[in-house]
Amino acid sequence: MRKSVGLVSQYLIGVLFGLGLLVSGMSNPEKILAFLDLGGAWDPSLIFVMGGAVLVGLVAFYLAKKRTQSFFGDALQIPTRRDIDKRLVIGSLLFGLGWGIAGFCPGPALVALGTGHAKPLVFVLAMLVGMAACEWFFSGNKRAPALK
Amino acid sequence: MYIDWTAFTPGPALFGGVLLGIAAALYIHFHGRILGISGIVSGLLRLQKNDLFWRICFVLGLLTASFWAGFLFDFHPTQIIQAEWGALILAGLLVGFGAHYGSGCTSGHGICGLSRLSPRSLVATASFMGAGFLTVFVIRHVLS
Repeated sequence: MRKSVGLVSQYLIGVLFGLGLLVSGMSNPEKILAFLDLGGAWDPSLIFVMGGAVLVGLVAFYLAKKRTQSFFGDALQIPTRRDIDKRLVIGSLLFGLGWGIAGFCPGPALVALGTGHAKPLVFVLAMLVGMAACEWFFSGNKRAPALK
Repeated sequence: MYIDWTAFTPGPALFGGVLLGIAAALYIHFHGRILGISGIVSGLLRLQKNDLFWRICFVLGLLTASFWAGFLFDFHPTQIIQAEWGALILAGLLVGFGAHYGSGCTSGHGICGLSRLSPRSLVATASFMGAGFLTVFVIRHVLS
């Protein structure tokens, strides 16, 4: 019972996150590229997306750090690593490069895929191949990504 | 509901951002996890028992969000995707590899990481934002 409620909760939070991406404009690549285009007609809208999300998040994670268990009884998995390594920076730079080319990041691309168009589908398939390549390339690497 | 995306849209941006924050808040309190899309999706590729179904449920939520937006709020946002097919594939490969290699994307490092004041996520966010700014500058103002 509790397990199926947990799965419904997963689905509903996925929908809520998707709605947030749609309303904020994050799922529209043109909007992302207008934000990233500092040398053009810059659209600062996405600062407000980040601002709104982090404002809520600051309170949420402050409270979450005091918990040991989630509402559904799972262990609380808050990353504890603080080191800055090459992998973190190089991975993020490559991600930013791809983000700047198409204006899609993982969440918005999946939301856009739900509209049934071909371009998000091609992007998401390529993204999965990229993730699988990373997984395959570094399988056996004990220093697995921290944000699982 | 209609939004003119070509304009500066602080209102919908802030409202949408608050929804993203609430979703991340519910996720950590209900499921004990960081709401990081690349982490949730890349875990699907490992095909581990008891670790698949919750990920699929979450991803289904993302995939059906636009349906619910239309059904519940008569909201049909448009997506303008200018990238050509080749660029789209290259971008997808880079985003997938980079986000997994760097342990997170705009949700995990950006929203959740900044919210918990993680120095790693601050560096990651500055790195991908910086790379994004530079990439768009080069594509739009140097190459073309």
